[in-house]
Amino acid sequence: MDVNRRDFLKIAGAGLGTLVLPSLNVHAAAIPGTLENAHAMLYDSTLCVGCRACQVACKNRSGLPYVMDENQMYEMPTDLDGDTWTLIKLYQDTETYSYVKKQCMHCLQPACASVCPVSALEKTPEGPVVYHSYKCIGCRYCMTACPFDIPKYEWEEKNPIIQKCDFCADLQAAGQQPACSAACPTGALISGTRTEMLEIAHQRLADHPDQYFNHVYGEHEVGGTSMLYLSNVSYEKLGYPTLKDQPIPEITWPYMKAVPFVFFGMAGAMSAIYYWTHRNEEEKEG
Amino acid sequence: MATGTNNIRLRKYPVGAGMILIWITGAIGLSIAVYRWIVGLRITNMSDNRPWGIWISFDMMSGIGLAAGAFSVAAIVYIFNIKKLYPIVRPTILTGFISYILAALTLLADLGLPQNIWHLIIYWNIHSPLFEIGWCVMAYTTVLLLEFSPIVFEALGWKAPLKLIRSITIPLVIFGIALSTLHQSTLGTMLTALPYRIHPFWYSPLMPVYFFLTAIAAGLAMTVFESYHSARTYQQKFEIGIASKITSWIPYVLGLYIVIKVVDVIVSGTYIRLVQDPWPTFMFLIEIMGGALIPAIMFSDKRIRSSLSGMVWASFLVMGGLILNRFNSTLVFMNGDFYFPSAAEIAVSIGLTCLGIIMFDAAIRFLPMYPNPREKQEQKNLENSK
Repeated sequence: MDVNRRDFLKIAGAGLGTLVLPSLNVHAAAIPGTLENAHAMLYDSTLCVGCRACQVACKNRSGLPYVMDENQMYEMPTDLDGDTWTLIKLYQDTETYSYVKKQCMHCLQPACASVCPVSALEKTPEGPVVYHSYKCIGCRYCMTACPFDIPKYEWEEKNPIIQKCDFCADLQAAGQQPACSAACPTGALISGTRTEMLEIAHQRLADHPDQYFNHVYGEHEVGGTSMLYLSNVSYEKLGYPTLKDQPIPEITWPYMKAVPFVFFGMAGAMSAIYYWTHRNEEEKEG
Repeated sequence: MATGTNNIRLRKYPVGAGMILIWITGAIGLSIAVYRWIVGLRITNMSDNRPWGIWISFDMMSGIGLAAGAFSVAAIVYIFNIKKLYPIVRPTILTGFISYILAALTLLADLGLPQNIWHLIIYWNIHSPLFEIGWCVMAYTTVLLLEFSPIVFEALGWKAPLKLIRSITIPLVIFGIALSTLHQSTLGTMLTALPYRIHPFWYSPLMPVYFFLTAIAAGLAMTVFESYHSARTYQQKFEIGIASKITSWIPYVLGLYIVIKVVDVIVSGTYIRLVQDPWPTFMFLIEIMGGALIPAIMFSDKRIRSSLSGMVWASFLVMGGLILNRFNSTLVFMNGDFYFPSAAEIAVSIGLTCLGIIMFDAAIRFLPMYPNPREKQEQKNLENSK
């Protein structure tokens, strides 16, 4: 009886080992590199006049419905939601004011893609964080994990999916600009590679230090984002959180990496305790 | 064995008014869950800035935590070889099994696209804590089903499958412990991805450890609480010696939790918040004092461990402590829009809990969960004939 148990343990252990171990090599492929040459956008709030051409272009490109009141008259959305991927807001106090463009930041190491249990969100090497709705199970972990509160949900739908800016991945793949930056009449929103955008941003900070709040938002926040910001007021006032440089996937990955060790460690410890607490019985039976 | 099928029959335990109320509440909850599948999530009060509600905090986070008794008791009996607790194994495994079924049912209500839940099997993301939880819960529910199956095989008198399950009991128990260690702690890992959302009293890199330890303590407490209530309902003798033995483990687990937590709060500098944020401080102290420290002291006192009401109350505190902890970390002190659950959400949560009690009750009524003297003899015969 006991010999059978022990043999079974060995067989079970070996079987499980082969199941779990191959998946360890997946890490290298899952998080892309620094993405410095991937697509990025720079929004300079000092150049923005708040015309919302980007907002309209976004709705036209993505085919999302406009907000209407009960008399079928057009209204402005007040926040990002299931029908609104980008939005211009205005901050104003007694001394100064600043427009701000809200949209997905397209993090270099996105929390949403890292926490999604079914890989429905994906950071493409070209820059955009895209959403594959056909995979989604609707757990909404991406919504809680996003430090910028970007993914929104279709709460009224029977089969709801996540809605967020896709960085016009299709247009960019065809060599075009994202719809919003193409529509910007003042050059407040420009697109290019991340290296170019950072160069321009730092050049502007160096040329006109008095005009800007001295920080390029998105350069280092949660490991860096593809959406970069320049502004004349502090980013907290514009509703952008103060974030550490550590990418969120780097917080959870050490725990996930430890999973096989915890599993086999615990199984091993329990087996050892089992043989120790049953040592006398084995002698009797033997 | 000719009397085999005779063991699966309706046992005439009394049906009280409480049980009828539970049947009604369960039926209402289940109908609202069905209604939710027809109309979608619009009947909830969740919103874009509050995407997780009580179905996550109560049914998933608390429910799975309270179900930890199944693996803890299995470890104590089969691995640590404390045979005295053997009589409690079956009801505990059953409670665990039902809890996991309930968690799966609630998940089906909570997911926006429940019809896609099987995508967990084909679309992998080993970076996601939720992916790991999904897999562990699927595997562990299977383990619980197998651990529970002997009672059905026994009742049917099927010797071959019984013998097979008995021969793999120990590997199965060890597999279950390893899976539980993983997913109980990973529920904490899940929240480590939210550093900017959760209040620092609850957010900590050690959350996986806290979730694991509190789950063991509350799982054991739940076992005592459940045996007390089944003893009352099904007119069995409440085995005070067994309950006393189980609860003697709780002070060690909770003590370890409190020590790590206090050191964590001091070392991380979070203690400054004790004078800054009055409301979180209040809840934090209630949780640590009422849900951990006081019951730990109560359970280390032998007089309380030999008193029925003392044990039941202390167990109640430990369970309440876990539920409060899960609510504080996933709802109350998690940044987001104001949220109070809708009537539908509350009805589904309470209704599915009642459904669990109904399933437990049905198992006790139809299966030989509490062997009567004749059945005990049969069981012995069966064991001898191995």
